[in-house]
Amino acid sequence: MLLVNIIVALLLAGGVFFLLVGSIGLLRLPDFYTRLHATGKCDTLGGGLIIFGLLFYHLFHYSHHPLVPVRLLFLIFFIFIANPAATHAIMKAAYRTGVKPWTSGEERR
Amino acid sequence: MKKEGKWFGFFITFGVMCLFWIVLSGLLTAFHLIAGGICSALVAFLSHDLLVEGKSDKTLLKFWRLLCYIPWELWQIVLANIDVACRVLHPKMPIDPCVFEFETSLRGDWALTTLANSITLTPGTITINVEPERGKFQVHAIAKESADALLVDQTMQRKVAHIFMES
Repeated sequence: MLLVNIIVALLLAGGVFFLLVGSIGLLRLPDFYTRLHATGKCDTLGGGLIIFGLLFYHLFHYSHHPLVPVRLLFLIFFIFIANPAATHAIMKAAYRTGVKPWTSGEERR
Repeated sequence: MKKEGKWFGFFITFGVMCLFWIVLSGLLTAFHLIAGGICSALVAFLSHDLLVEGKSDKTLLKFWRLLCYIPWELWQIVLANIDVACRVLHPKMPIDPCVFEFETSLRGDWALTTLANSITLTPGTITINVEPERGKFQVHAIAKESADALLVDQTMQRKVAHIFMES
C-alpha cells in the first residue's frame, strides 16, 4: 500500500508539474501560436497523469468497484483525442483570421 | 460485397456502443440492458459509417496496428512535454517558430486524423491545416529541430502509412 501511495503521489506530482509548466508557458511565450504549444501539450499530459494517478489509487484502495477505473480510462482516452483536436481548431481559426506567427528577434506580443 | 461491408460496420459500432453503455451504467438489470441495446442500435444505425468506413476488408488488422502504435505515441507525448517544459523554463527561451508545409501520400479520413493529432501531440509541432484531397499538411513548429523530425526523418508519416496501409 505504501508503494501504491508513493506511485500515486509521483503521478499526481508529475501531472501538477506539467500543468504548472503549461501555465508558465502561457505567460512567458511571445505569441498566440507558441502559447498554444505550451497549453495544448502540457494540459493533455498533465490532466492524463492526474487522472491516471486517481485510477491507480482507486484500483488498489477500492477494488470492489472495478468499473470506476475503466471509466477513468475512457476519460483519459477522450482527453487525448479531444485536446489536440481543439488545439488544432483554435490554431486553424487564428491562422485563417490572419494572426501573424512570431519569428525570433521580434518584440513579444 | 458493399452491403456486407455495411452490416459489418453496423455490428462493430453496435458492439462498441453496447460495451460502452454497460461500462458507464454498471447496472446489469433487464431494463437497463434493453434500453442500452435500443440506444446502441439507434446510434449504430445512424452513424456506423463514421466509425467504420464501410470497407470490411482488413479493418480489424488496421485497428490492431493502431493499438500497437499507441504506446510509441504515448512515449512521444512524454518527450514532447519534457521538450516544451525545457523551452519554457529555460531562462533564454530557445524558441524559433516557423510555419512549413509538406505533402503525404495519405488520403483516408482515419489516417489523416491520426497523423494530424499525432503531430499536434509530438515534440514542438501543431497542425494548422490539412487538405484532404492532396494530403497536404500545414504545420507550426516551435523550433527548427522539431520541424526536421517531420521533414527529414518522416518516422511518423511512415508509421501512420503502415497502420492504414496507404504507403
